[in-house]
Amino acid sequence: METLDPRIKRLSLEISTDVEKTNSHLITYEVFHQEKRGKHVMHVGIVHAPNPEMALVMAKEVFGRRGKTTNLWVVKTSDVYTFSLEDEDMFETTPEKHFRDPAYYKVRDRIEKFQNKNRV
Amino acid sequence: MYGSTNLSEEDAKRMNTTVEDPEKLEAFESRIARGEKIEPQDWMPVEYRKQLIRMIEQHAHSEIVGALPEGTWITRAPNFRRKLALIAKVQDEIGHGQLLYSAAETLGKTREEMLNDLLSGKSKYSNVFNYPANTWADIAVIGFLVDGAAIVNQVINSKGSYGPYCRALERICYEESFHLKQGHDNVVYLATGTKHQRAILQDAINRWYIPLLHFFGPPDKMSAHSEKLMKWKVKLASNDDMRNQFLDQYVPKIWELDITFPDPNLKKNNDGFWEFSDPDWNEFKRVINGGGPCNAERIAVRKFAEEAGRWVRQALMNPTEKYVAPLA
Repeated sequence: METLDPRIKRLSLEISTDVEKTNSHLITYEVFHQEKRGKHVMHVGIVHAPNPEMALVMAKEVFGRRGKTTNLWVVKTSDVYTFSLEDEDMFETTPEKHFRDPAYYKVRDRIEKFQNKNRV
Repeated sequence: MYGSTNLSEEDAKRMNTTVEDPEKLEAFESRIARGEKIEPQDWMPVEYRKQLIRMIEQHAHSEIVGALPEGTWITRAPNFRRKLALIAKVQDEIGHGQLLYSAAETLGKTREEMLNDLLSGKSKYSNVFNYPANTWADIAVIGFLVDGAAIVNQVINSKGSYGPYCRALERICYEESFHLKQGHDNVVYLATGTKHQRAILQDAINRWYIPLLHFFGPPDKMSAHSEKLMKWKVKLASNDDMRNQFLDQYVPKIWELDITFPDPNLKKNNDGFWEFSDPDWNEFKRVINGGGPCNAERIAVRKFAEEAGRWVRQALMNPTEKYVAPLA
């Protein structure tokens, strides 16, 4: 093949248009990344791999190239059990539960009123 | 651009004739209007899914093929520091391909189908990777200007409506900023170096000018529009706007080095828009459709990798495992 590229020249590739289709359907693993010891392990994406050991190797290349990494977890995508997104409405009342919020409890007004009354 | 948002005439027609469940469509569109992201398990219009697959897949192919012209310069990098940076950049590009293939897979097309479509020529990739890297200055120009153009495109697309694509792009943009800085460093070193270094840089800029203008796709007045793609936040800025943003950011950075672009008409108007000579859009179409100087070489190299690695994948494969699409 005519090319400027010495490495390509060494391969002595021939140009043909017939392609044997690939059918190696590797399964996917969900990848979780932990930045520092003591921090949460967070979902970051997926890799394709034939087994969990290879999934970790791939995950290290794709998600552990930069910044700090303490550990990576991989879980087979088919083993992840989730709610359906259509059932999102079951969480709808959660933000309304103000009694779970520390800022909901305000007593200063009441204390001041009580103290003013006693002073009189 | 990486993933073209221009519609074929056939697609543009289908976009306006496909009938969707009006209730679901309304819920979908109001979710996007509120700025919420669409996730893989959500209902989505057929054409939304189809156009996103096409676009993300093209983007993924561009990353993989884009690593080829640069990869061959690793052995010929001028010094150890440049070699380390180039290896890291090439590895990043392949990693970006992986992230983008994953995002496209969540929409229902398997990675194998995408790789097969790249080899058979059914799927396209960006025009810019079908030009040769003749000298080390090409590597500098690719790192600075091609990646710069890509970042303009990717930052805009990361504000889109499809969750998995946005998340992949955010990560990609963060990593690309290193590519851009090392590319600029490389360009500045050549521009402030010997006469010969300046000459090869000028030569590379002369050759990359037209492909870079082509990168953002045909002018708005020439391309098939879809209001729907804009409304669905698949397309977020027009080709002309993105091209203008690129010229605005990068032309002054080349001019300040006393390097020129091979176009006497390149200038900024008073209204903030850049003017330039018509860059022959037939050439763009020819290159996208396989007729560029390096299309055959790129596909041949990709095919070699596919075939040479097949026995490894087959040896590792476990046929009892069943593929399911990724979750997010």
